[in-house]
Amino acid sequence: MNRPRRSDLPLFKRLPLLLLAVGLLGSCGRVEQPLNSFDSQGPIAERINDLFWPVFWGATVIFVLVQGALLLAVFLFRERKGKERPEPKQIAGNTRLELIWTVVPTLILAAIAVPTITTLFDLAECPAGAMEIEVIGHQWWFEFRYPDSGVVTANVMVIPEDTEVCAKMTSDDVLHNFWIPKLAGKRYLVPGQETEQRLYAEQPGEYWGHCAEFCGLSHARMRARVEAMTQADFEAWTTEQLMPAATPAPGSEAERGQEIFLAGTCVGCHIIDGVNNPDPETLTVPAPDLTHFASRSVFAGATLPAQLSPTDADWEAGLRLWLTDPPTWKPGSFMPELGLTADEIDALVAYLSSLE
Amino acid sequence: MAIDVADERVEQAETTLYRRPRLTYGFWSWITTADHKKIGMMYGYTAFFFFIAGGIEALLLRIQLAGPEGAFLSAAEYNGLFTTHAVTMIFLFVMPISAAFFNYLLPLMIGARDVAFPRMNAVSFWIFLFGGIFIYSSLIFGTSPPPVGGNLPGGAIEPSLLGSIPNSGWFIYAPNSGATYSPGTSIDYAVLGLQILGVASLISAVNFIVTILNMRAKGMRLLRMPVFVWMTLVVALLLLFSLPIIAIALFMLTFDRLFGTLFFVAEAGGDPILWQHLFWLFGHPEVYILILPAMGIVSETLPVFSKKPLFGYPAVVFAGAAIAFLGFGVWAHHMFSSGIPTVAQAAFGLSTMTIAIPTGIKIFNWLGTVWGGRVRLNTPMLFSLGFVALFVIGGLSGVTHAVVPSDWQQTDTYYIVAHFHYVLFGGAIFGLFAGIYYWFPKVTGRMLGEGMGKTHFWLMFIGMNLTFGPMHWLGLQGMVRRTWVYPEEAGLGAGNFVVTVGAFVIALGVLVFMINWVYSKRRGVPAPNDPWDARTLEWTMPSPTPEYNFAVEPTVTSLDDFWYQKYGEDEEGRAVRKPEADQVVDDLIYRNGHPDQEIHLPAPSYFPFFVGLGIMVIAYGIMYHTRPFGIPLLVTGAFLTVGALIAWGSEPLEEVHHDDHHDGPEDGPEAAETEPAMTDGAAG
Repeated sequence: MNRPRRSDLPLFKRLPLLLLAVGLLGSCGRVEQPLNSFDSQGPIAERINDLFWPVFWGATVIFVLVQGALLLAVFLFRERKGKERPEPKQIAGNTRLELIWTVVPTLILAAIAVPTITTLFDLAECPAGAMEIEVIGHQWWFEFRYPDSGVVTANVMVIPEDTEVCAKMTSDDVLHNFWIPKLAGKRYLVPGQETEQRLYAEQPGEYWGHCAEFCGLSHARMRARVEAMTQADFEAWTTEQLMPAATPAPGSEAERGQEIFLAGTCVGCHIIDGVNNPDPETLTVPAPDLTHFASRSVFAGATLPAQLSPTDADWEAGLRLWLTDPPTWKPGSFMPELGLTADEIDALVAYLSSLE
Repeated sequence: MAIDVADERVEQAETTLYRRPRLTYGFWSWITTADHKKIGMMYGYTAFFFFIAGGIEALLLRIQLAGPEGAFLSAAEYNGLFTTHAVTMIFLFVMPISAAFFNYLLPLMIGARDVAFPRMNAVSFWIFLFGGIFIYSSLIFGTSPPPVGGNLPGGAIEPSLLGSIPNSGWFIYAPNSGATYSPGTSIDYAVLGLQILGVASLISAVNFIVTILNMRAKGMRLLRMPVFVWMTLVVALLLLFSLPIIAIALFMLTFDRLFGTLFFVAEAGGDPILWQHLFWLFGHPEVYILILPAMGIVSETLPVFSKKPLFGYPAVVFAGAAIAFLGFGVWAHHMFSSGIPTVAQAAFGLSTMTIAIPTGIKIFNWLGTVWGGRVRLNTPMLFSLGFVALFVIGGLSGVTHAVVPSDWQQTDTYYIVAHFHYVLFGGAIFGLFAGIYYWFPKVTGRMLGEGMGKTHFWLMFIGMNLTFGPMHWLGLQGMVRRTWVYPEEAGLGAGNFVVTVGAFVIALGVLVFMINWVYSKRRGVPAPNDPWDARTLEWTMPSPTPEYNFAVEPTVTSLDDFWYQKYGEDEEGRAVRKPEADQVVDDLIYRNGHPDQEIHLPAPSYFPFFVGLGIMVIAYGIMYHTRPFGIPLLVTGAFLTVGALIAWGSEPLEEVHHDDHHDGPEDGPEAAETEPAMTDGAAG
């Protein structure tokens, strides 16, 4: 019982320590951070980090030197009570020093400039032969189209592992910015223009992303997912995506859900291949193609389900939340509050989860 | 020649229909004043009011972000608040408080009685004030319905006070700021409001440039000007060249929004990226407009409190000018991820790196100034040293943005938020506070309390690092900017909580400052005339400064002339206070406090106020031109503005006086030609 008691420290002295501890905990990445750009999972993000860290450490050295000199100057030359300092020498400058602190930073910057420029040219544009995926930004979700196979999907971009992918991007409305921190940097989606973003995942896995450019009211609810899978899985996925939608068993709850889908406002914007096949141009607002909705791990702008590794129950709970009142979750959402009863939502959830 | 001019003026004055206001105290004296010091103080108080508004906005934002999935604010309110926080802090706080310093100090530091165009000075203040009121009136009048997609409006938004302020981000990026995606008037308030504020800044820029180039004391060559005056000149030139760019961009956007043009509408072949080029071609020089005044301030305070001349004065001056010049060639570093060509990215990355060189020169010279000095660690010095320390951090993180591929990760995250707050809060605001503590005795005749001052400093210094330090990590760990919520699963909650705590520590610091201000202004220790043993001309006058500034127009023989009247050097080069120094100071102060003749000052005028008011009414008229009351408003505003300008043009240049004698210009020939009212020729 003789151990020193921490609580002897008054609160105002403990508080900064506590805060520091919390800050370090939050900053050191001990918690899982799916958007952490330091945790690169592919060569593109890795090369950016390889460029960043030497610059960071160089900057740290300069930081220590400059702040050290400043603190030292204050410590050495400050006036204290009872210890008057002599009047200082009136030195108005020194040409040699001026030259040194002009030339040395110039050399340091030149040293940074070389790898900056080489990395920039290596990463900025897609190499020939990369697999192309079209990315279209909407308020507030990403649409993905695969020109090679004709697959159309939303929110989750599926890519094969160990493959050079070139996202060809544009926007349907305002500016968006496609950012998958663990795989690559950012690139805008500009209406009326096409931009390119290289992506490369080394391992199968789910990589979180976020729209990084302020795109209006629900910018915070516009996220994205990249799902990397093995080449074989990717081919199987492509084949599945090209099939028409699953037909619900007669008399099942899912069939009731399909009826609600067809009778309600849903068909005004959404397409389910084989169920309603309107000309996409006639849709009121572009909305995600739902043909293989249940094959996607997330929906609602890749914001639901929110969990890191959601279970099927989480997935269904997220869908319920979304269907109950979309504009509350995603303010300004073009998907209106549908006024569905709990029973109708159950049926719709059953139907949508059957759309593998 | 000068005599003829004076005669004409007297004649004109006698044939004028109305008299100019003569009040020197009370409410109307503030409305009508053309005194640069009163205008400076009005700029200062107004700016500080907006600082509090912007600070409260920041606190509301931080409460919302204290934890994941915050529910304190709605999306609409959050978007409005982060926009208004930026617009307020940039255009309604840092710029006008810099203008407060320029206004109050510039004439004093160059030995002039006022600025070149005193009524223009007043009009720029009133236009600024009405511009600020205009932007904030969106709280009451603004509307922000959801965007329209196809023919379907987005989900309804609950109306709220804070949801009606401009919500496009201060950068107002097209096409989100266009009529389709931002219907309603809230964006118009930002666009037209910034246009109004730009007019105010442009007028004062011209005024400062003319004042500095023409009205310096005899002997004050350009390279004998205090660095603060140099930085004022550089900032004024930056304003002069950058504001027309944003003015054009804002006109284009206004026309897109209100009159159906298609400059930035992609579907019609317009180019949203064009907006970004125009915006940042103004926006980057704007960053230096915000920081250079603070750099000027610490270039004054560091030498005074180190008892040494500024190390490398010409280098500091040229570095400031170089930063401004290079500042026009780096704008696209705000757009590295916007899809501009790779070669352009490389070029702008390199040009951005070069800015670090003059910035470094400044920092090293400040270090050189402090080194070997006799450092007095009082509040203004603490803020100045804090400025240097924090600006170094912002400068270093700035270099990492120039590393283009790194910037692809950093841009649009809190890493950038951290960077520019280190530069603008740790830099500009710390520098400005250093200036407030330093010049408070000059303005009020009392010292600003030291004890509370140091408490203020440490609270702000700790709070600032707690707030903006963790943001570096948060950003690169995936905290995207301008999102009203972030998912718990992103693992950013703890860091954000620390940031919020830091924001409140800053707020506490500002509260201490306000108490200190109110207390010191009434009961503070009376200030000696030269409380800091300073180097520049404003300290040769009694405190508070008399209305006419200098009773005797000073003559200057060197940089820091005042200092060399007090100090010599021994054979080792150490400063030696001259035995007659105290007498010299007393004599100067006495002479400047006791003019032996009546001094002519710029007469007050009612019209600048009405020009400002009229411009605001015009802006309302433009915005509501489709409503029945729009055109009447427009006409009223135009009538007010033009009428006030005509009245301004026809009012007598000075009060009627019956003296046909004129001494002619004394020792400042340029000054006399620029603004006759400035000379003390017409003795009465």
